[in-house]
Amino acid sequence: MITTKGLTKVYRSRGRDVLALDSVDLHVREGEVFGVVGTSGAGKSTLIRCVNLLERPTSGTVTVDGVELTALAGSEQRAGRELREARRRIGMVFQHFNLLSSRTVQQNVELPLEIIGLDRHDRRRKAAELLDLVGLADKAGSYPSQLSGGQKQRVGIARALAGDPKVLLSDEATSALDPETTRSILKLLRDLNQQLGLTVLLITHEMDVIKSVCDSAALMRGGKVVETGQLTDLLADGHSRIARDLFPLGAFGSGAADRTVLEITFQGDAPAQPFVSQLARTYQIDINILGAAVETIAGRLVGRMRVELPGSHTDNVVPIGYLRQQGLQVDVLDLSNGAAA
Amino acid sequence: MTWDRMQELMWPATWETLRMVGLAGLATLLVGLPLGLLLVLTGKGGPLQNQAVSRALGVIVNVGRSIPFVILIVAVIPFTKLVAGGTSLGWQAATVPLAVGAIPFFARLVETAVREVDGGLIEALKAMGAGTGTIVRKTLLPESLPSLVSAFTTTLIALIGYSAMAGTVGGGGLGDLAIRYGYQRFETAFMWVIVAEIVIIVTVLQLLGDLIARRLGHRGNYRSTLSLLRAAKAAKAAPRAEKTAEDLASSH
Ligand SMILES: Nc1ncnc2c1ncn2[C@@H]1O[C@H](COP(=O)(O)OP(=O)(O)OP(=O)(O)O)[C@@H](O)[C@H]1O
Ligand SMILES: [Mg+2]
Repeated sequence: MITTKGLTKVYRSRGRDVLALDSVDLHVREGEVFGVVGTSGAGKSTLIRCVNLLERPTSGTVTVDGVELTALAGSEQRAGRELREARRRIGMVFQHFNLLSSRTVQQNVELPLEIIGLDRHDRRRKAAELLDLVGLADKAGSYPSQLSGGQKQRVGIARALAGDPKVLLSDEATSALDPETTRSILKLLRDLNQQLGLTVLLITHEMDVIKSVCDSAALMRGGKVVETGQLTDLLADGHSRIARDLFPLGAFGSGAADRTVLEITFQGDAPAQPFVSQLARTYQIDINILGAAVETIAGRLVGRMRVELPGSHTDNVVPIGYLRQQGLQVDVLDLSNGAAA
Repeated sequence: MTWDRMQELMWPATWETLRMVGLAGLATLLVGLPLGLLLVLTGKGGPLQNQAVSRALGVIVNVGRSIPFVILIVAVIPFTKLVAGGTSLGWQAATVPLAVGAIPFFARLVETAVREVDGGLIEALKAMGAGTGTIVRKTLLPESLPSLVSAFTTTLIALIGYSAMAGTVGGGGLGDLAIRYGYQRFETAFMWVIVAEIVIIVTVLQLLGDLIARRLGHRGNYRSTLSLLRAAKAAKAAPRAEKTAEDLASSH
């Protein structure tokens, strides 16, 4: 639904060049919720702003719903007619809501409909429908200054949906909200994704957001996408940075040379088997559990456990083989750098 | 001078001043508002970004603002004659230098007010597929309206000040009256009466402007203040209602 190819953006500020995007290839499939994570300054906002061309990429292409937007006329400051029309099919929500303080909630939602040129009657009806959808039907006549942050963001979402977009872009939509409100907004996004088949591209710096709503994710660093894929695949990959960040397990164990630390990941119904006690019984070994977590990610139950076995890696080849036979994914941690070997 | 005589002289002069200021104010609004908007739109990062136009407009506005008004009156006489149909005297003619002086002043104020509109709103409108005209109509103007009202109030008050000077070159009005009688004929008391009237006009204008700006600026907040007041009243009324109920009960 959204494809970028070789997307590069160079900012020129005071003679110095800043490479904000470095040849980014991204593919967001239709109907999925795609999350982009990364540290501050990684280029996440630049990326999402390039998708609807609020920012003109220096090179590379952006295709949304089969239309190559980068081929449409216009400058960064002023979009051509075709690009403006394409933008009407792409909704966007913002960290600071960006609602017009001079308009009521209802009038804010009607704004994109005015731009499309819908008549007054249809605008009313559509806005009322949307406000109902986001659970704010009773606030239609209020002004944004009378709403809480979460309510404002709901208005922002209703407004973004007014043009019946196929794609919703969201740059840190929940970053200004408290955890509980964040959860309710994320749930709303997820519901909209499922009910309307909306494709969502969202930017966040919180792993929790990825965990609770995303089907796929990309990790950005220094303007590059360093990792991308579906969460289920990433979780099955012991080397995945995203998977590791989704599951911070804490302590790495004693670090002694005669110990082996394993990271066991299970998905679906694997945890139904009591594999830890089976392992201890079968091989007569003492197992030290360092950390464990079970989460629902992309709608699937996923767990990860870090355990410590006595003896070196070579001593434990057989128990490890046993665990792998049970359908578990086992990674042996190299304690010297904390990464999976 | 008797009070009756003063009034006889003051009413026509007041009317002249208001006419001059009103007409010049209207012209200032019609020219200064687009000019101020153009300063923003052609400026850096604006949707009509154009350095040449932006610079040229900036220079015109700055020059206009730096010329002392007394000199401006004389300097624009040829233009005044052109606009006012051959004459540079009378209140109609006086509106020409007044407007010429106030336009750059107001344009700068408009520019400042419009620049204060949150860039995020402009971005939101762009993301909705709005063009420049739509951005101006749906965001820049409505969102800066309270500041624009304040700016226009300030401009009108400045125009009242200018009009006193314009009066001396045949524009008539209160300023002219104050100088002719108060200064040249030593009617000091009359001069002070006129000054007091100007102070009253300016004060009323300022209060009115502030009130409108505040009402527009607190859309939402203003209402909530009202509803707070209403809630407070209701709270006060409630115990009384209970009491009457008690009274009724005890009287049984
Ligand atoms: N308009 C601009 N002019 C110059 N440099 C810019 C501009 N916008 C962004 N940058 C630079 O581009 C890089 C990427 O910025 P970007 O806003 O995309 O980061 P981000 O990942 O969204 O960060 P955050 O999590 O803090 O929002 C940064 O180094 C930033 O300084
Ligand atoms: Mg950002």
